Amino acid sequence: MAIFINENTPILIQGFTGRIGTFHAQEMIDYGSNVVGGVTPGKGGSTHLGRPVFNTVKGAVQETGAEASIVFVPPPFAADAIMEAADAGIKYCVCITDGIPAQDMIRVKRYMRRYKKEQRMILTGPNCAGTISPGKAMLGIMPGHIYMPGRVGIVGRSGTLGYEAAAQLKDLGIGVSTSVGIGGDPINGSSHRDILEHFENDPETDAVLMIGEIGGPQEAEAGQWAKANMKKPVVAYIAGLSAPKGRRMGHAGAIVSAFGESAAEKVEILKNCGVTIAPTPSEMGATIAKVLQARKAA
Amino acid sequence: MDIHEYQAKELLSRFGVAVPRGGLAYSPEQAVYRANEIGGSKWAVKAQIHSGARGKAGGIKLCRSDNDIEEAAESLLGKRLVTVQTGPTGKLVSRLYIEEATDIDKEIYLSFVMDRAAERIVVVASAAGGMDIEEISHNRPDTLIKVQVDPAVGMQGFQAREVAFGLGIEPDLIAKMERTILGAYRAFRDLDATMVEINPLVITKQKNVVALDAKMSFDENALFRRPQIAELRDKSQEDPRETYASDRGLAYVGLDGDIGCIVNGAGLAMATLDMIKLAGGEPANFLDIGGGASPERVTKSFKAVLRDKNVRAILVNVFAGINRCDWVAKGVVDAVKELEIKMPIVVRLAGTNVEEGRRIIDTSGLTVISAETLADAANKAVAAAKSAA
Repeated sequence: MAIFINENTPILIQGFTGRIGTFHAQEMIDYGSNVVGGVTPGKGGSTHLGRPVFNTVKGAVQETGAEASIVFVPPPFAADAIMEAADAGIKYCVCITDGIPAQDMIRVKRYMRRYKKEQRMILTGPNCAGTISPGKAMLGIMPGHIYMPGRVGIVGRSGTLGYEAAAQLKDLGIGVSTSVGIGGDPINGSSHRDILEHFENDPETDAVLMIGEIGGPQEAEAGQWAKANMKKPVVAYIAGLSAPKGRRMGHAGAIVSAFGESAAEKVEILKNCGVTIAPTPSEMGATIAKVLQARKAA
Repeated sequence: MDIHEYQAKELLSRFGVAVPRGGLAYSPEQAVYRANEIGGSKWAVKAQIHSGARGKAGGIKLCRSDNDIEEAAESLLGKRLVTVQTGPTGKLVSRLYIEEATDIDKEIYLSFVMDRAAERIVVVASAAGGMDIEEISHNRPDTLIKVQVDPAVGMQGFQAREVAFGLGIEPDLIAKMERTILGAYRAFRDLDATMVEINPLVITKQKNVVALDAKMSFDENALFRRPQIAELRDKSQEDPRETYASDRGLAYVGLDGDIGCIVNGAGLAMATLDMIKLAGGEPANFLDIGGGASPERVTKSFKAVLRDKNVRAILVNVFAGINRCDWVAKGVVDAVKELEIKMPIVVRLAGTNVEEGRRIIDTSGLTVISAETLADAANKAVAAAKSAA
């Protein structure tokens, strides 16, 4: 069953008719995702890529029964689009948009708290490559063919480093249950910890690869949660061992500003939590293979 | 994005934060003129650079006469000031801020930051002002006061008073302190700041609450709606390599090594630098070319990397997803030809159409070394840089 999405999940594209939305919607349809329509305010009533276009997310949900959405809306309007999805009853939303002001995301997170936890939309991203349940559905912008279906969960901040991991796993004949990008922004929808919890509860996932980076408290928090709650093994790689303090490394959130935020400190904390560390980024796949082997033997 | 002290003070004063009277000067003559304009008998001549700890580095001079001011200005202008935060090359002083001297009774630390765990703006204050926040957290953690702001309603008066009373402020100064804290909060919120730091915030002998120093940083993702903040950028304070790259839409951070890096995606770029270090080399830069890696961006990236004269070898690492490897490879070959690059270049491509991409690299007739894996690429780049040294 993977997590968040499968071949049946009805999907809506927010920012459907724009150049980027159109391109990736077609890729998702070709992968086999169940795209039921899209939203572009002012273009409701028309048809795009053979799917209906709606003016509002609420209208789209009523007509199509959409449960998941993906946001391609430009940065000034993206926070608004996410809140619209939450209000319309979308259950799972991926936001791809890179460049949303941090204070907009603070407001989005505060707004979402008006819903009870059980009814609250799950958001991943922004500034991520999306989510894929290989062989079932793709809700993102990744090259689907590098992911082999299987039983390892991936959660990571970075898009291309996640591709690197998936390709390493595929080379070793290891498949992925679901890969979730949580994005490179300082304030994001779901944390590493949140995603670990979903993987722990997923009967189709045996182990998790967590790809973190410098900046913020989320990797350490995830490690502590895993130590207290997880039966499945977790392997982690933390990017940015060579990053200087106080400098932003591409991602808005990739900056070491406090104690415990450097790669070396995070590695230390995770080790103490019983997480297996991939010593280099080229050994993410091999480390997972080793952990799976040990588990089989036990 | 960082701004200067005088700019931060100008912004904060618009939100009701009191600051000492001061004026900007670009020459010793102007500095004296400003001091006379301000009046009084004691002034501070302050070097304007994007760094804290300027006082300890000799960037702030107290003066009592025109002569003092002229000498201070002469000694600072045009020099590079090295502080514990600037690195060994320091930062160029091209502007001075001349300020009336303040009679200090008490120094307070006040800052606003984004708390990533709480996902809220948080106020941090301490009665142990004057020390930097690292020192306070280390030596006087008992003095730290932290208050979170609910984004739904913003900071409330009672929260500002909680901070003020917590600092042990005399009752008749609480109202002034409340106004200062709320003003600084509103500046943070309304201008899309990521950091406001007033250190020290002083209580003067005349019973005023005054921001003696001020630092502000801003969210680059929000500059599209803050044109008045974007204007405050001072390129002379940036690493020229970084200015060149950021003006061309590339995320670039200059480092000290000799292996230039061109990578798509921030995470993969960080991982590539890690691999170079683990292979015994030193990266010259972080560069995220963006998801697309189009031929134009590849060329721009080569140009940005080549501006660093320490670079002896270049490593290109692209995981092509939507954009196929053959397209990226063609972009690399064209750029190397166009720019007539002679130094060793290691190219590692992965993802869609990788065989065709490698074939284009290998048959290009160029001395480009192709690599299969991340580790292979790092090893080859380190070896190439060493042999070129």
